[in-house]
Amino acid sequence: MIEIRFHGRGGQGTVVASKILADALAKEGNFVQAYPEFGVERRGAPVFAFIRIDHQPIYDKSRIYNPDHVVVVDPTLVEAIDITDGLKDGGYIIINSPKKPEEFKFPDKFKVFTVDATDIAVRHKLGTLASPIVNTAIVGAVVKILKLAKLESLVEAIKEGVPLKPEENRQAAIEAYEKA
Amino acid sequence: MKKVIMGNHALSYGAMLARAQVIAAYPITPQTQVVELLSEMCADGTLNAKFIKVESEHSAMAACLGASMAGARTFTATSAQGLALMHEMLHWASGGRMPVVMGDINRAMAPGWSIWTDQNDSLSQRDTGWIQFYCSSNQEVVDTVIQAYKISEKLMIPSMVILDAFALSHTYEVVEIPEQAKVDAYLPPFNPPYRLSSDDPHAFGGLTAPEHYMELRYKLQKDMEKVPALVEETGREYEKTFGRYLGQVENYLCDGAELVFVTSGTAGYTARVVVDELRKQGIKAGNLRIKLFRPFPFEQVRTILSKVPKVAVLDRNISYGHHGVFYQEVKSAIYRQPVQPAIFGFIAGLGGRDIAREDFKEITDYTLKNNRPQEEIIWIGVKK
Repeated sequence: MIEIRFHGRGGQGTVVASKILADALAKEGNFVQAYPEFGVERRGAPVFAFIRIDHQPIYDKSRIYNPDHVVVVDPTLVEAIDITDGLKDGGYIIINSPKKPEEFKFPDKFKVFTVDATDIAVRHKLGTLASPIVNTAIVGAVVKILKLAKLESLVEAIKEGVPLKPEENRQAAIEAYEKA
Repeated sequence: MKKVIMGNHALSYGAMLARAQVIAAYPITPQTQVVELLSEMCADGTLNAKFIKVESEHSAMAACLGASMAGARTFTATSAQGLALMHEMLHWASGGRMPVVMGDINRAMAPGWSIWTDQNDSLSQRDTGWIQFYCSSNQEVVDTVIQAYKISEKLMIPSMVILDAFALSHTYEVVEIPEQAKVDAYLPPFNPPYRLSSDDPHAFGGLTAPEHYMELRYKLQKDMEKVPALVEETGREYEKTFGRYLGQVENYLCDGAELVFVTSGTAGYTARVVVDELRKQGIKAGNLRIKLFRPFPFEQVRTILSKVPKVAVLDRNISYGHHGVFYQEVKSAIYRQPVQPAIFGFIAGLGGRDIAREDFKEITDYTLKNNRPQEEIIWIGVKK
């Protein structure tokens, strides 16, 4: 079983990102469980989303305390909260950022990856620089870095699950996948 | 067809596949998406049903009852304070023998104001004469709604299909959406023996003098007693068509176990994972997940637990001044058995506090260490 925690801010589509990933993985016959932080979401406040992935049915319905990997949708959160809380040794940290991985100071037991999902999203006209909608781009990178699913499955999931700007979202996911 | 859907939408799909004809509901967190999707389905023609907007949950149930009396298959969904507001109408549904099916998202009662899960809302309605099913997965929610209509309409008793707030209502899982044609074959149209019609006038719910009232209640109880066998029969039939058996309880490795958890809702699935972990450590654990709560599956609970030395009942609810409700029910089921297990009552997870695998470890340690419970209620994870 793989457990991933997403960090974002309310309004950025973090929960949708986990849902798109779940859709893509389910298409390849995986069992998935995706859930948001249980509570009241506020625009701009730190939010969480979680996903469990397995090749057999998932019975564990308790919270994820020790994720295998974390995905940081909003880079400002790296300074604001401890995004490594509970992260397993050897865990991957995937950050939406124009910086290089080595520019982030995390313990050596974690492996850092970056993808400039904001740039990709804005160039594909998904939101604005102030309020980019980066979920499809970030999921494109996650799928590649963690070798979770085929690009075609993700593209299919976006086609079915993203009602607005489907072509732009598809292109953003493909670009992030190729760059990651 | 497989789809990744949230628990709330699992209720909507269940109602859609059952071809509910009248839906009346009032939105309340965390139930809102149930109603949103159904209203969309009614608007775009996916579901040929009348969607009645109402000003309260009391009215939602009243509208369902009127429609049910006229012979329509009805659906509603609510949660916590909304269910409490419906309370009077719940008695009308069961007393009037109207087979409404309702989704309830288990949310803690206010105050303190909460939107998170526990079972006190639905368990406060225990004695209203409704059948109650507690679900542990989104698949089980879809399947149970369909089965609930079959049972309810056969016996003319309403059913509640219950799932945990957020832990299930907002959790996405892979669900096999049953084929409509197969559901139609499994669940024929609602055809009540009596119905309101201007061509053939009847009165429902009229004054009932002492010479008749008691017999109405006797008949309701006698029909309630038929539910367990009907759950088995319709559950097996469901399995034949859809490959998934829907029973009163789930017996996971209880036979020959030294310790059995009694659980319900999402914690009832987490418990399975804990059982696997304990078995790896050489502890023979099992999990008896109660799915049908009303009527209580006495026979199965008795048969399974009377062969077990230790039973740990986990309640995500409390009957103030007494115990957890499932604990009371299990003890009463065991009462007549000549050999009885030691039964321990634990309370955890009120108001949405997580029931983690670690919590089951604490329950296990306590139960294995003590021959008998040392306290009336053993609280897990409470800051005393």
